[in-house]
Amino acid sequence: MSELATEPLLKVSGLARYFDVSRPWLARMIERLPRQTLKAVDGIDFEIAKGETFSLVGESGCGKSTVARLVVSLYAATKGTILFDGVDLSKLHTRTDIAPVRRRMQMIFQDPYASLNPRWRVADIVAEPLRAFGLEADDAARRKRVDELLRQVGLSPADADKYPHEFSGGQRQRISIARALSSNPEFLVCDEPTSALDVSVQSQILNLMKDLQKRLGLTYLFISHNLAVVYHVSDRIGVMYLGRLCEVADAHDLFAKPQHPYTRLLLDTIPDLEMTGRERVPVAGEVPNPINPPTGCAFHPRCPFAEDRCRQEAPVLRQTESGLAACHAVEEGRIPATEAVTPPQLP
Amino acid sequence: MALLEVRNLRVEFPTRRGVLVAVDDISLEISEGEVLGVVGESGAGKSMTGSAIIGLLEPPGRIAGGEIRLEGERIDNLPYEKMRRIRGAKIGAIFQDPLTSLNPLYTIGRQLVETITTHTDLSEADARAHAIDLLSEVGIPAAERRFDSYPHEFSGGMRQRVVIALALCVNPRLIVADEPTTALDVSIQAQIIALLKRLCRDHGTAVMLITHDMGVIAETADRVAVMYAGRIAEVGTVRDVVKHAKHPYTEGLMGSIPLVGHDVERLTQIEGAMPRLTEIPTGCAFNPRCPKAFDRCRTERPDLLQTDGATQAACWLYDRETAYV
Repeated sequence: MSELATEPLLKVSGLARYFDVSRPWLARMIERLPRQTLKAVDGIDFEIAKGETFSLVGESGCGKSTVARLVVSLYAATKGTILFDGVDLSKLHTRTDIAPVRRRMQMIFQDPYASLNPRWRVADIVAEPLRAFGLEADDAARRKRVDELLRQVGLSPADADKYPHEFSGGQRQRISIARALSSNPEFLVCDEPTSALDVSVQSQILNLMKDLQKRLGLTYLFISHNLAVVYHVSDRIGVMYLGRLCEVADAHDLFAKPQHPYTRLLLDTIPDLEMTGRERVPVAGEVPNPINPPTGCAFHPRCPFAEDRCRQEAPVLRQTESGLAACHAVEEGRIPATEAVTPPQLP
Repeated sequence: MALLEVRNLRVEFPTRRGVLVAVDDISLEISEGEVLGVVGESGAGKSMTGSAIIGLLEPPGRIAGGEIRLEGERIDNLPYEKMRRIRGAKIGAIFQDPLTSLNPLYTIGRQLVETITTHTDLSEADARAHAIDLLSEVGIPAAERRFDSYPHEFSGGMRQRVVIALALCVNPRLIVADEPTTALDVSIQAQIIALLKRLCRDHGTAVMLITHDMGVIAETADRVAVMYAGRIAEVGTVRDVVKHAKHPYTEGLMGSIPLVGHDVERLTQIEGAMPRLTEIPTGCAFNPRCPKAFDRCRTERPDLLQTDGATQAACWLYDRETAYV
């Protein structure tokens, strides 16, 4: 049984999700257009160990939120498997099979204005998972649990009788967190939990999430486009580009020794708050249309190191000195040693 | 003489339940060619200040006091038509969402030409040539070919470039840029900031850059004004404000920004949230959240005072008479 301890809590392999974005049938027939698929996530693998924070970063449209939704089975996977604590989620079909696994994973969404029902009182919102999973049978016990949860996220039990509109964005995100925690989950998927918030409120929520992780032993899948936030919260990071992972490494290594050219580009875009006077070199080009992605490595049109092989053959993740990277140039040693973004000096 | 001078500006919103003060007695200056950053959290009044300067306050919002002078002339009390002439010719504007600042029914070329011919004596053909030059200057590839494209045919980053071209097309003295990069992806954001910086340097245009992102300010601005609850909390050169903030709010704000390379277990956090406009506390608006607040902060409102550093802060800590408290 000893190997069970090292078994990751979440293991994703070959995960893909395609969306049909074709025009309606009639329009297609008249204009003789083929069907079109959008490969939002196109074969990704990663593992998350118990108690760890794994982050996915990337620009909009790279598929990071789709991964979040796949993991909590809000979307069905087109291909690939998701093992949660050894259980294959795609094999669970009936509600009764899914419920015990679902209880153990919860999600926090980006927009605290859209993710709370405006007509429900906070007590009902927070207690919804309790009712859904039949956890606290009687009203009094449920109310007690709600009070405890609200206190845990820094709100007061008196807030339970209010409606969401009476709270600020940060407080609403606290309510979302309380709701996510109510079924005693081990695993939280956080999809841009702070990007709708102001910085001073963001720091409150990030601190709260870290405290809760320590206290409750939570495992996080954290989705964000903000590299500084990701650096602050993560143990390991996966960088996504057009539906694929292009680099996976420990948080420190990723920032100190980025391998993949796209990771280097992203790191170079971090605004310089240390006033080192470093001129950012903006990289030309934009993320291509995912309906019609470039052949070979999807990043090759923007990559300064692209060669013929990059245009023809899609790279796979391979071991590098600091983690995994999907890049022919890194594999062949064509890229000059990492020009790390100089880590800013402490003032 | 400063290019833009704002003196004791007050912006009010009359509502059924009383008058809300969105901008409360603020003063600032922008010199020729200078980039002034205005930073603050949502509801701090930074966009209201910008809208007041370009004369586009949404009714029922109105300027209730103070004055705004551009090149020494008052522009806050001009009739609509006169202000419309100044806007575009002397003040350009860039907004957050490039899709809503462009007319979806006209080609970008037509929008540029219209703006140029409205404000200058150029002929249609000259205006067209000038517009194409501008489009290539803001980095639109094959400008001649894209001239007759509609806004929806451009990506977000390209659209924002068109908006910048539109703001610059008659060489205004000042550009008010309200969250110009917020709707864009990080890699595009860096491109747009670099572009804005270069163009304004080349054209000698002053910029009022309104944003919530301290990183953007640190990279772009010369001076920065930090706003809180409708007032300026601290103002100084970017370096001083970012590195040696004196106002407790600025200090907290800087500490709450996660930084790459800084390994801290917890971020500094400012408890609570910015008060709503209906519930602004008496005295210093920041006093309920301030770790250093003392009695005077709860009763008397501070104006900008010279700090012991290089910045000016609206904080009683820097009043010589009470400094010993």
